[in-house]
Amino acid sequence: MSKRLFAVFAALMIVGLILTACGPKAPAFECTDAIGCLDVAPDEPVHLAYMLTISGATAFLGEDSKGAIEIAIDDRDGKILGHDIVLTGEDSGCSAEGGQTAATKVASDPTIVGVIGTNCSSAATAAIDTISSAGLVMISSSNTAPALTIEGQTWKPGYYRVCHTDLFQGAVAAEFAYNELGARTTATIHDGSPYADQLQAVYAKRFIELGGEVTFAGAVNIGDTDMRTVLTTVAADGPDVLYFPIFEPEGDFIVAQSSEIAGLENTTLMGADGLLADSFPENAGPNSVGMYLSGPYVVGEAYEAFLAKWDAKFGGVPPSGFHAFAYDGTNIILDAVEAVAVVDEDGTLHIGRQALRDSMSSLSNYDGLTGALDCTDKDFGVVGISHGDCATGGALGIFELGQAELDGNWPPPAIYTPGE
Amino acid sequence: MLKQFLDRFSWVDFFMRLLQVAAVIVIIVGIFNSLGATKYTSGQWVTLVFAGLAQGSIYALIALGYTLVYGILLMINFAHGDVYMAGAFTAVFLANSLAASGFLGAQPVISVLLLILLAASVSMVLNVVVERVAYRPLRGAPRLVPLITAIGASFTIEYTFRGLYGAEFQSYPIIPALDGQFLTLAGFEIPWTQIVVLVAAILLMVSLYFFIERTKIGKAMRAVSEDKEVARLMGIDVDKTIMITFAVGGALAGAAGVFNGIFRPQGVFFFMGFIPGIKAFTAAVLGGIGNIPGAMVGGLFLGVFEAIGPNLILEGLGIPAVNQLRDAFAFTILVLILIFRPQGIFGERLAEKKA
Repeated sequence: MSKRLFAVFAALMIVGLILTACGPKAPAFECTDAIGCLDVAPDEPVHLAYMLTISGATAFLGEDSKGAIEIAIDDRDGKILGHDIVLTGEDSGCSAEGGQTAATKVASDPTIVGVIGTNCSSAATAAIDTISSAGLVMISSSNTAPALTIEGQTWKPGYYRVCHTDLFQGAVAAEFAYNELGARTTATIHDGSPYADQLQAVYAKRFIELGGEVTFAGAVNIGDTDMRTVLTTVAADGPDVLYFPIFEPEGDFIVAQSSEIAGLENTTLMGADGLLADSFPENAGPNSVGMYLSGPYVVGEAYEAFLAKWDAKFGGVPPSGFHAFAYDGTNIILDAVEAVAVVDEDGTLHIGRQALRDSMSSLSNYDGLTGALDCTDKDFGVVGISHGDCATGGALGIFELGQAELDGNWPPPAIYTPGE
Repeated sequence: MLKQFLDRFSWVDFFMRLLQVAAVIVIIVGIFNSLGATKYTSGQWVTLVFAGLAQGSIYALIALGYTLVYGILLMINFAHGDVYMAGAFTAVFLANSLAASGFLGAQPVISVLLLILLAASVSMVLNVVVERVAYRPLRGAPRLVPLITAIGASFTIEYTFRGLYGAEFQSYPIIPALDGQFLTLAGFEIPWTQIVVLVAAILLMVSLYFFIERTKIGKAMRAVSEDKEVARLMGIDVDKTIMITFAVGGALAGAAGVFNGIFRPQGVFFFMGFIPGIKAFTAAVLGGIGNIPGAMVGGLFLGVFEAIGPNLILEGLGIPAVNQLRDAFAFTILVLILIFRPQGIFGERLAEKKA
C-alpha cells in the first residue's frame, strides 16, 4: 500500500520537474530584497492606498488630499509601466484610534505598494509602527508634527512626508508675530494633540529667542465648548498675540467667544493650518475678520495648471491647503516604483520593498509643485537627525482673514512669506 | 457625658465632618488667594458669571426633563441628552435657511419662535416615541432594566441622526439683531445673547411651574408621581399622564437646543448631547432629583460654578491649567454638595418615602 503511494508521489514529482524544466527559458526573478518583494502579474493593477480623514470635522483635509492624489493618477492616464493604477482608501480620521484601525487594514493587504497619508499627526503616530513593519512606504501630505521624522522619536523606516514640519511653521508664525505685527507678548493654547502641542512649543521657543515673552501657555480639551474660562485667564495678561494652532470646532469657539472677554480687545488672534479650511470663517463668525493663519503657500505655473485641473474635475478650489503636497507625494511614490521595478518580458513587475524605500530616501532636487524636494536624511542639530522629511520649508505663508473670506472667498490672501 | 459621646462616636461620621471642614477651608483659601491676586478685573468676573448663568439655564431646561421623568417613574432617562441633540440638530438647518433668505435678519423674533417650535416638536415627538418603544413595555420590570434600555435608546438616537444629517459639525447663524450687542449694566458689558437666553429660559421654567401646580394635567402628574396605583383608582389615565410628562420634558430639551444655538452657535453635531446631558443630570441631582425648582436652581448653580470655579478657586490654590479641570471641578462640587446634603439642595427624602 505505502509502496504504491510512494510510487505515485515519485511519478508526480518527476512529471513536475520535467514540466518546470520545459517552462519559460528566461531565468525566474529571484527576490533578494531585505524585506521582500511585491509581484504584480501582467493583468493586475498597481495598488496604492490612502489613509485620510474622510468623515467628521476634519474631512476637509481628506477631501483636499484625496482630490490631489486622483489628479496625480489622472496625469499618468491611470497607468504605470503598462499596469493600471488602482487607489483604495481607509478613513483614518484625525485620531490615534482611527490611524491604528486604518493601518491594520492596509497592512493586511499584501497587494498594496504604498500609502498616502495620514492627514493628522495623531493618526500617523499610532499607524507608523504597523505600516513600517508591514514593509510599506507611507508619505504624508499634512502631518506636521516634527517628531514623526526624527530618529529616536516617532520615526520608523518607510515613513516620509512632503509638507513642512512645524519646526518651520512655528518659527515662521513667531517671526511674523514678532517682526511684522510688532508683538512682544504672546499666549498659546493647544488641545493636547501631538500636532498642536509641538507646534505651539516651537512657536513659543522662537518667540522667546526673538526677545518676546510668553505670558500664558495652556490647553483646552478636545470637545470643550466653553472657552471663556481659558480666554479670561489669557486676558488677565492682555497679550499682543494669542496663538492657538488647533482644529475646528474648538478653534471656532475660541474665536467666537473672544469678543465677549474684557481684556482681549487688543489681542491679535492667530491660528495655524489646522484651521485653514474654507468652512472656518463662516463657522467662527465675524470675529475671524482680521485674524491670521499660518499654513502652506504654493505658487508657480505648475500650481496654476494643477488648480485648473482641480476646477475641471471637481469644480471650484480645493477646500484646504495641503493638496499640492498630496500631489507631490503620490508622484514621489509612483516615480520610485518606476525606478526600482524589475519588469519581466511578459510585463510582470517585481518591486523590492526595501529598494523602494532606498529610492525614496535618496531622492533629492525633485521638482515638485511645492518646490525642490529633498527626502534625504538631514541633521537638525539639537532636534536630531530627520529621515524622509522631503519639505524644504519654503512653501509656507501667513494668511489674513477678512470680510471677503467671511462672505465665502477662499483661499485668503497670503500677506507674508518667510523669504520676505 | 464622655461615655455618651464615645458611644455615639463613629469614625465614619468623624471622617465626613473632617472632609466637610477641609472642603470649606480649601474653597475659602482658594477664593481668598484668587481675589487677593487681583489678576482679573471685576468686568471679567461679571462676564464669567453671566456666561455661566446662560449655560446654567440651558442645563436647567435639560435637567427638568430628567427630574420630571424621575419624579414619575423613578428612572433615569439617559437618552434625554440625545433628545436635546435631536431638536438642536434639526433646527440648525431651518436656522441656516432662514439666515440665507434674510428672514432671520428681518424678523428675528418670529424666526427664533419658529426655531423653538421646530426643535421642541422634534424633541417632544422623539421623547414620546422613546417612552412608548423603549420604556413602556418594561414598566413592570426591575429598575435596572429600563436604565439599560435608556442607554441603548441613547446610542440609537445618536447614530440615527448621524445617518440622517451626517457627521459634520454645523453652526447656527448669528442673529444680526443680537450680533455684537452688549447690555451695559452698572458699567459692565453683558452680551445680549446671554440675557435673551437667560430670560427666555426662566420664562419657560416659570410657565412649567404653573403648568404643574395650577392645571388639571399638572395635578394628574403630581398624583401619578405620588402613587401610581391610587391615581389609577381615582380615574387618572396613568399611561397618558406619563406620555405627557415625556412630551413636556422633550419640548423643554428642544427649546434648550435652540437657546444653546443662540448662546454658542458652533459645534452642532450628533454627539453634542452627551456632555450637556451628563451635566444636566448632575444639576438635577444637585437640586434634588424629582424636584422641579431644584432642577432649575441646580442648573443655574452648576453653570455659574463651573464658569467661575476654576479661576476663582482652583487658580487661587496654585493649580495649573485650571480650564482643563472644569468638568472635574463640576463633578467635585456634586460630590461635596452630596456630602453635605445627600438629598440635594431642595430634595426631600423621597427615596425613603417611595421605596
